[in-house]
Parts: sequence; C-alpha cells; structure tokens
Amino acid sequence: MKGQNVSALNIKRGSTSHSAYDLRDPNAEIIESHTLAVVVDNESGVLARVIGLFSGRGYNIESLTVAETDHARHLSRITVVTTGTPAVIEQIKAQLGRMVPVHEVHDLTVEGPSVQRELALFKVAGKGEARIEALRLAEIFRAHVVDSTLESFVFEMTGTPEKIDSFAELMRPLGLKEIARTGVAALSRGV
Amino acid sequence: MTKAMTGARMVVQALKDQGVDVVFGYPGGAVLPIYDEIFQQNDIRHILVRHEQGAVHMAEGYARSTGKVGVALVTSGPGATNAVTGLTDALLDSIPIVVLSGQVPTFMIGTDGFQEADTVGITRPCTKMNWLVKDTAKLSGTIHEAFHVARSGRPGPVLVDIPKDVQFAQAEYTPMQRARTAHYQPRLKGDIEAITAMVEMLETAERPIFYTGGGVINSGVAASQLLREFVEATGFPITSTLMGLGAYPASGKSWLGMLGMHGLYEANLAMHGCDLMINVGARFDDRITGRLKDFSPNSRKVHIDIDPSSINKVIRVDVPIIGDVGHVLEDALRIWKARGRKVNKDGLAKWWKQIKEWQSVNCLDYKPSEKTIKPQYALQRLEALTKGMDRYVTTEVGQHQMWAAQFLGFEAPNRWMTSGGLGTMGYGLPASIGVQVAHPEALVINVAGEASWLMNMQEMGTAMQFRAPVKQFILNNERLGMVRQWQELLHGERYSHSWSESLPDFVKLAEAFGCKGLKVSDPRDLDDAIMEMIRYDGPVIFDCLVEKHENCFPMIPSGKPHNEMLLGEADTQGVIGAKGAVLV
Ligand SMILES: Cc1ncc(C[n+]2csc(CCOP(=O)(O)OP(=O)(O)O)c2C)c(N)n1
Ligand SMILES: [Mg+2]
Repeated sequence: MKGQNVSALNIKRGSTSHSAYDLRDPNAEIIESHTLAVVVDNESGVLARVIGLFSGRGYNIESLTVAETDHARHLSRITVVTTGTPAVIEQIKAQLGRMVPVHEVHDLTVEGPSVQRELALFKVAGKGEARIEALRLAEIFRAHVVDSTLESFVFEMTGTPEKIDSFAELMRPLGLKEIARTGVAALSRGV
Repeated sequence: MTKAMTGARMVVQALKDQGVDVVFGYPGGAVLPIYDEIFQQNDIRHILVRHEQGAVHMAEGYARSTGKVGVALVTSGPGATNAVTGLTDALLDSIPIVVLSGQVPTFMIGTDGFQEADTVGITRPCTKMNWLVKDTAKLSGTIHEAFHVARSGRPGPVLVDIPKDVQFAQAEYTPMQRARTAHYQPRLKGDIEAITAMVEMLETAERPIFYTGGGVINSGVAASQLLREFVEATGFPITSTLMGLGAYPASGKSWLGMLGMHGLYEANLAMHGCDLMINVGARFDDRITGRLKDFSPNSRKVHIDIDPSSINKVIRVDVPIIGDVGHVLEDALRIWKARGRKVNKDGLAKWWKQIKEWQSVNCLDYKPSEKTIKPQYALQRLEALTKGMDRYVTTEVGQHQMWAAQFLGFEAPNRWMTSGGLGTMGYGLPASIGVQVAHPEALVINVAGEASWLMNMQEMGTAMQFRAPVKQFILNNERLGMVRQWQELLHGERYSHSWSESLPDFVKLAEAFGCKGLKVSDPRDLDDAIMEMIRYDGPVIFDCLVEKHENCFPMIPSGKPHNEMLLGEADTQGVIGAKGAVLV
C-alpha cells in the first residue's frame, strides 16, 4: 500500500511533537477529543479570529476558556477542547499555528499526561428529603456550598468535565435549576 | 530620529518608508485627512479608481507583476465592504496587499454612525491579519507590521482600519526598524533530513514529475531560476497549476503544460501515472486533484510548502518539507549535486517515451472554422503576434481564462495574473491597470469574457485618466460560456440564464470612454485587428466575436479522476453522474 511507504531515508514515523511524521492511521474515521492550549497575543479581535477559524472551517468546539495569563508580555491562553478525526485534529493545529497572533499551540492530549479541571456552579432548589440528599451528595463530590437560602443551595465544584457531568445528573432529580460552567483549563504534568 | 506628527501624515510617511510608490484608492469622509496628506506630497502616486473592488484588484495586479506589496486606500462603510471581494481573492491566491480603510471616530464606534461598518469583523475571515488602530501612537508601527505580515511567509492580504480621530491626533512616529515583527517569522529553511529524503527518492524514481504552483512565483524570481536549473539538470517532466504558469518557461523542453480540470492530457496522465510527485509550492486544490480517492494512486509524494497547514490538508504526502521554495530548492540542488547528480536514466527514458505518446494525442486540437473566429484560434493568433514582446496578461474568469492558460505561453514569472482560487469575474480589467501602472512601457492585455468584463468595466475611466494603455481582448461569445458549458454537460442543456443579453456596443462604449474600440468577426481580419490593437497608443476595447457554443476541452468533470478526461464533444454524453453534479 502506498500510504505505508516509508521514505527512502527510512525516517521512522512517530507521532511525537518533534516529528512531522504520523504514526496513527491518517485515514482513520475515529473521532478523537483533544485539548489544545493556544497562547495568543492578548489583543482585541484575536479570540474572534481563533473562534472564526473553527466556525469557518467547520471544526467543533466542545469547550473554550480564555484569559490573560502573562500580563507583562500581553499574552492570553486559550484552552479549547475539540473533536475530530486524527487528520482533522492535525489540520486544526496547523491552521492555529500559522495564525499571525498565535505564539504556541500545544496538544495536551498527545504531548504526555496532563491535568484538566473545570469549575461549575449548581443551583439546586428543594425542601425536605431532597434537600438533605443534595447536601449529602455534594459532600461526597467535595462540592462546597457557596450560597444557601431556606429553599436553595448554590454548590461550587472543581473537577474533570466528566465529574461535573455526573454530579449534574445526580442533582437533576433533586431540584437542579441552573448550571454555570467555566470550561476546561488544562496544564501538562511535570516540567 | 523620531518626531510627532498626525496620524494622517504617519500613514503617508509609513508608506514612503515601505517603498510604496503608488496607492490605488477612493476617497470618502473617513479618510479625508489622509487624502489631505496625499495632496501635499509627490512621492506617492495615487490612482483614483471608479469602485473600491477595482482598487483592490489593481493592487493585486501590481503586486503579482512586481513581487512587491500592493496598496489600496478606501473609506469606511461602503468603501470597506466594496473591498471584501478583492481581499478574499488575494487571500485565496496568496497575494501580498495592504488595504487601509477609514473608520468613524473611536468615540462613535458602536453607535451605528454614518458609514460605520464593523470592518475588522467583516474582513477577519478574508484577511491574513487585520487591525483596528485606536491610538495614534500605535498607527505607524501597525502599518509597518502590516507590510511585514503581508509579505512574510505565505503572503496574503491585510487590512488596517483607521478611525478618523486617530488620523487627526498627534503622536510619535515609529520607524520601520522599531516596528513589531519578531513575533511573525515563518521558517524559510526546510528540514535537511527531509530534503535529503526527497533527493534520494528522485535519484531512483522511474516516473517522476514536478508539480509546481503559485508558491514558486511568490518565492521570488530566484526560486523560478532554481526550479529551471533543477528541471534541466534532472530532465524530469514538469507541469504547473494555473497559478504557477511562467515559473518554468513554456518553451522549455520538459514542459508538459498546465494540469487540472482543464489542463493538458499529458500533464494529467503523467500526474496520474507517476511514481514520484514533487509538489513545489502548490496546494492540491480540488481543480487539480479531481476525485481524491483516485488521485495519483501509485506515487510517493513530496510536498514543499511554506504553510504547514497546506501539508496533508487534502492529500497525505510521504515527505513534507516546510519552508520557502527558493531556500528548499537551493538546498536540494546542492545535496543532489554533492551526491553525484544521479537519476534513473533508463526509467526516465521510458517515462518520456510514454509522455510523448500522450502528447501525440494533441489534446488542444479543435475544429477550425473559416467563417467564425474560434476562441482558441483568437488566442493562438494573439500569442503568435505578441510573443517575444514585453508582455503581461491578465484574465477574467470563464472559458476564455482556461483557453488563455492553454494557448498562451509564459516564459517568465510574474507575467500572468489570473484569479485562481476565488475565480472572481471582474478581476482582469482592474488587474491589468494595476500591472500597467507598475510597467508603463509594457504591453498589458486582459483576456476577457464579455460577461466578466462588464462586472468592472467602469475602470476604463481609470485607465483613461491615468493613461494606462491596457488592451481589453474580449472573447465575446454572448454567453456566460463556462456556465453554459456546465449546463450543457450537467443540466440537460437547459440554459438557465447563461445568455449575455442586451450587451452594449463595445466599440461605442470605447468611444464613450474616449479610447479605441475594435470589432472583429471574420477570422481573416483578426491579425490586422490585433496588430492595430497593439500599435494603438492608449487603451483599447477589442470586441472579438467568437463561436458561441464552443466548449473548453480537455475537461475532467467534477468528481472524476485524471484518467477519465473528456477530450472533445464526442466524449461528453452522460458523463457526470448525480454525485459529480453536486460538486462545483
Ligand atoms: C463574481 C462571479 N460571479 C459568478 C461566477 C460564476 N461564473 C464562472 S464563469 C461564468 C461565466 C463567465 O462568462 P464570460 O465572462 O463571458 O466568460 P466565458 O466563459 O464566456 O468565456 C460565471 C457566471 C464567478 N466566477 N464570479
Ligand atoms: Mg462569454
């Protein structure tokens, strides 16, 4: 098969960030989820340009967070969780990487282990048993009560998006009214 | 030495410092301070266009024929929105231009002020980068950065939006050397290991081909020179996209002609049958590849491109080389020579024998006529009568464009400007003026279709005012010919709105503009008329009445692979299936 041909130099195909060659099957139709960290100039219009790339080229955004992370150098960090086939993910990274205001693009999903956290607020209204059960579950999930009235709580929780999803599921029958989520922030582990 | 000046003066100063000698523009309320500054100096020439789209295409024509950055100046609101088509055109063809637009004063932004438009919002997806400058202190630095971004890496259009109060306010001027450019320095040198891998491959390849594109032209004249040297030294066949014509001379012995949807039979079959494809500054565009699944199925592929996002975007390649074409070719040649200039002589001889067979098909053959002017014939005569002249050609979009690419030969880069990626009807006339302004003494011809030409014909006024003796060579088939051709092949010959009805009398139109009009319908008069056009000292509108129902061949129908090409009318019955008809 042509795709398997190795160059005359026998350059090994490895899918590290240091190699232009790709180990994974490029034509695989599997959909992968990747967390990208994109360091950009903190200037007006830059976020719009990055988001415009996703909508304009039909890429998915599962989650997006952005804030200035380096005041002195005027840099912001955009963390975006996206999904697509391996070929699409590679293309997204290349498209981001060539943008003028983009300084760095890191694929935290392939560049080794990383930690991913999201913060969420849950408003749960209820009385009696439901209210007690909500409080009990919150404790198990290490959610904090940040506001309470006689009929409601606001819980605050940090964790992986999956943990937040499962807590939300549990709260739903117990009077969940509203959720606010920050989207994922992520860093690679170690140095 | 730096000194304080108004924003408007900064604009002019920055343009001068960038070596700009001409600006194509149109005034309006939001750029009046800049126009006031333009009035008070003589270094920069201003070409007053008739429509802002014209200004941007002129800047493109100027840029493509000189290799320099083209500049357009437009007012806020409608001025800026009129520039959008040109910006998109330049983005898709990677043409370096800087568009400066006026904007309502900063304190009015967001109030739906008169002639306010969200220009940076509207133009964000059609620029390589754009800026809204809210502080005069940042204006000159931003303009310098804009030029740097436009010309560096893969070139492209940029826009700087300048509110009127920023033009009036005073601040310190930032000279070019102090502008921010360090953050954008795309890599020029290719990876030596990958280049060596390419060299190893070309040493043994039996059926190699160079597939070149606009990247060679954009890389500069030296890149074209290196490409020629490489092709001559290896004896490999070479084909090019529409965008890359002229990088390798059409008279060169390894030239196969253009490839793609309306490319030459031999070029497309060689692409299909090769065992090594060396893509130099092209991007596997869908007009080139046809059906992806069947694109050159048995070849190993090398791709040289300065833009990493072009690599593996549509076609997976075996050896990607990210870098500037000129730099990479230089290294490749050096390495190939150092390793003993090896090629697979036997393989190549057989390969050329095969190619010669394909060439003997004479795919550009057409049925000649004594009564009507065949468009192909008109272009053959134009070629014969202008060859060897200091000639530049622009085109509009349609059948005439493809025929021009097939029948005109380009011996040097920067001599051929056509809207490739966007396919913008209305490009050719203003582009020809931009070219002529850059090369006042040259023969500049716009090969046009009557329908495209009407889209920006107001620019004849510009040509007259600025004495740009552009020759408008209109192949008038009284049809939206390319649309008609598709309707014939794909839509059961139902010619829905593909007639050019109520056409003007082009000769009278020429008179109305004050230039020369010529009209020919008899093939026997053609040569004399072309000579008259060339000799006339001024703009000419040449109405060449051609065969109305001629189709452009060869043609690879949408969704078909290279080896299922149509060579002529006889091949056209029921060719495009429902799936292909969905494609454009
Ligand atoms: C601005 C724009 N609108 C529509 C089209 C679609 N289109 C492509 S070719 C064509 C017909 C062009 O007719 P003409 O300029 O007379 O050239 P011909 O094909 O007859 O040589 C049209 C309508 C286009 N390319 N650009
Ligand atoms: Mg026509």
